[in-house]
Amino acid sequence: MKHILTSVAGLALMAGAAHAEPPVLTVYTYDSFVSDWGPGPAIEAAFEAECACDLQFVGAGDGAALLARVQLEGDNTDADVVLGIDTNLTAAARETGLFAPHGVTADLDLPIEWSDAEFLPYDWGYFAFVSTEGVEAPASLTELAVSDLKIVIQDPRSSTPGLGLVHWVQTAHPDDSQAIWEALADNVVTVTSGWSEAYGLFLEGEADAVLSYTTSPAYHLIAEEDSGKVAWAFDEGHYMQVEVAGKIAQTDQSELADQFMAFMVSEAFQSVIPTTNWMYPAVTPADGLPDGFETLVQPATALLLSPEDAAATRADAIEEWRAALSQ
Amino acid sequence: MARSVVSINRLKWPGTLAALLLVALVLGTLLAVALRAEDGTGLGAADWAAIRFTIVQAVISAALSVGLAIPVARALARRRFFGRGLLVTLLGAPFILPVIVAILGLLAVFGRNGIVSHALGWIGLPPLSIYGFHGVVLAHVFFNLPLAVRMILQGWISIPAERFRLAATLNAPIGPLLERPMLRAVAPGVFLVVFLICLSSFAVALALGGGPRATTVELAIYQALRFDFDLGRAALLALVQVGLCTITALLAWRIAAPDGLAGGLDRVVDRWDGSKAMDGFWITAAALFLLLPLSMVILNGLTGMLQMPASVWPALMRSIGVALASTGLTILLSLALALNNGRFAGFAGVLPLASSSLVVGTGLFLIIREFANPLSYGLVVTALVNAMLSVPFAIRVLAPAMRDVEHTFGRLSDSLGLTGWARLRWVILPRLRRPLGFAAGLAAALSMGDLGVITLFAGTGGETLPLLMHRLMGAYRMEAAAGVGLLLLAASLTMFWIFDRGGRVDAET
Repeated sequence: MKHILTSVAGLALMAGAAHAEPPVLTVYTYDSFVSDWGPGPAIEAAFEAECACDLQFVGAGDGAALLARVQLEGDNTDADVVLGIDTNLTAAARETGLFAPHGVTADLDLPIEWSDAEFLPYDWGYFAFVSTEGVEAPASLTELAVSDLKIVIQDPRSSTPGLGLVHWVQTAHPDDSQAIWEALADNVVTVTSGWSEAYGLFLEGEADAVLSYTTSPAYHLIAEEDSGKVAWAFDEGHYMQVEVAGKIAQTDQSELADQFMAFMVSEAFQSVIPTTNWMYPAVTPADGLPDGFETLVQPATALLLSPEDAAATRADAIEEWRAALSQ
Repeated sequence: MARSVVSINRLKWPGTLAALLLVALVLGTLLAVALRAEDGTGLGAADWAAIRFTIVQAVISAALSVGLAIPVARALARRRFFGRGLLVTLLGAPFILPVIVAILGLLAVFGRNGIVSHALGWIGLPPLSIYGFHGVVLAHVFFNLPLAVRMILQGWISIPAERFRLAATLNAPIGPLLERPMLRAVAPGVFLVVFLICLSSFAVALALGGGPRATTVELAIYQALRFDFDLGRAALLALVQVGLCTITALLAWRIAAPDGLAGGLDRVVDRWDGSKAMDGFWITAAALFLLLPLSMVILNGLTGMLQMPASVWPALMRSIGVALASTGLTILLSLALALNNGRFAGFAGVLPLASSSLVVGTGLFLIIREFANPLSYGLVVTALVNAMLSVPFAIRVLAPAMRDVEHTFGRLSDSLGLTGWARLRWVILPRLRRPLGFAAGLAAALSMGDLGVITLFAGTGGETLPLLMHRLMGAYRMEAAAGVGLLLLAASLTMFWIFDRGGRVDAET
């Protein structure tokens, strides 16, 4: 017994005595960003090469759970930078008072004007249902809702795609969003808390389609040379996502955090995004987009609520979603 | 007179202290929750749906578990066959099995890519989907069927053999005469115990629930806190959960469930009734249902071990540390309570049954948040809450043994003037070795496999093994998760075995 205890204590001590020489910059982000195949490892290497610091990404569930995590931790948070919320959450994030101005001026290639002082975009995309070639594609949300197709979606309270879909339904069908959700309920195989899990379920054949992005087929095309995955184009238009990062005001690594925010819109960061995060970069790299991106679905209409409108309607829209799907 | 002398000479104050600690932990956190619930947003339609789902799935899970356990227990009670003892022992395994590991096994058997779906595919049927209501019920039956079988088997073998002989000589029907009265006495208690366990289900609903349609109250508490940052709603849901558990625990207390942990399962009454084929069917079906998922965990785990991330070793060390701390605390608390033996101690010993890890976790979360970042205290809180939840089980093992010791050696000790610590050290502890070892084994295994409060407090680093496994499943790295699952299974069983064995060594004479 004593031996076990001493060795456990010994190991704990060893873990505590880790060398902490270079300053550590802690960036909270979503899980798929830090995964081995995500952008995290490449970006960590690129930034550490120029900062003489230790960049640590911390995966905190999916995008929306990130904000709740920072709120839970409040002033005691370990984060210096939060990367991975989107414009549907920036108003709520701003309201916490935890974020500082980023101070970066950059020439962004976004489909919308950008003038947010606290949150800086690093990529963007359109939400879409991704399916397999050969499955009969519905032409709209309404058609999907009345079909027998099986889909996997994400929880809007924990995941930014899930929240995006709630706003998508809301903006495309402002008067009958509840009816759409009630009709969609029987198409939903399961609701996952994060994007990775939903996408994994889809790839394992648990559903006909998964809520993801118009850019997801590019992954299969470029990384796996598989052209069999398609994004369904919907008549109502597609809701847009702009992913952003913000600097924590209380950070004890203020300069490093500033350096990271500036690095985020630089070529080194942005050129990794298309083929690791599989989104459109916020600043188009010098070489343009990788081959294969030109094959992607281009939505005729882009839908997006302003941060203020998204914040104002979020709680009600989620409650409507929960009520419809809990029946 | 002798009784009062005995109780005076016992060590009382540690028990009072332990009881105070438990009451503070359960009721203090509840108070913190209640204070916070006042500024809540109220319960929405989906919250009521979660409450309804929790109750309905618990009723159906308990009914199925008990309903299926009756023929299995009857078959086991009246048949003698090779491996019967081993099978009865294995029926105890799901109780100390990490929930998340069992879910992995169930997915491998009943999931879309599982054995059953493949078999269905050969005969042209569509694959199964394990997500949602039926998945949650399936998992609950998997966990609780063995428990129900063991408890009902106890009832069966407690019918004296003489009565069967009497019934035989009178040519009277056994069913209405002997079995039905026993079941009427035993089954409602078993039903309530299983119902109570399913009521507090968290990890099952987390892994297999299909979103808002299959959310338990425990899961809703977690979501309100970790997804919505809605402290008020989390608090309100926590009060609902305590209300549900308290009502059930009170009912179960009144109906007085039989003790499922006692030994002596090997006495087989000579029976001539019942069809051998039918009994064979029930035993085989139950064994397949319970052992197939476990075999899949081992099989998939062996290939998955190569895929395990490096973070698995620190996670293993953390889990072992938490389990050791939790076990130590459980033993201290329950030993103190069993020594005290007073009414207050008895109350404190069962009080945790009315609460749940997520409710106490929520309370501690709210309290710690006033002073520090609660996410830095995940491991400490997990050890504390796990210890608290293990106390009712440990007490049930220790208290009867303590009574025996006092009964046998109490007067002798009194006449020798052995009181207080000396009496504990020289008389009681050596004779409690076996139950202490068993209780410690239970506490360690339960803590090792816990995936409840840790998710509430999961912060940076500090992953335990079950949490790491859950995260791997979330990232859909199923092979790596299977490897971690096997490691977790091995670690839990080893912890149980070491403690249980430790209690038996030297005491075997």
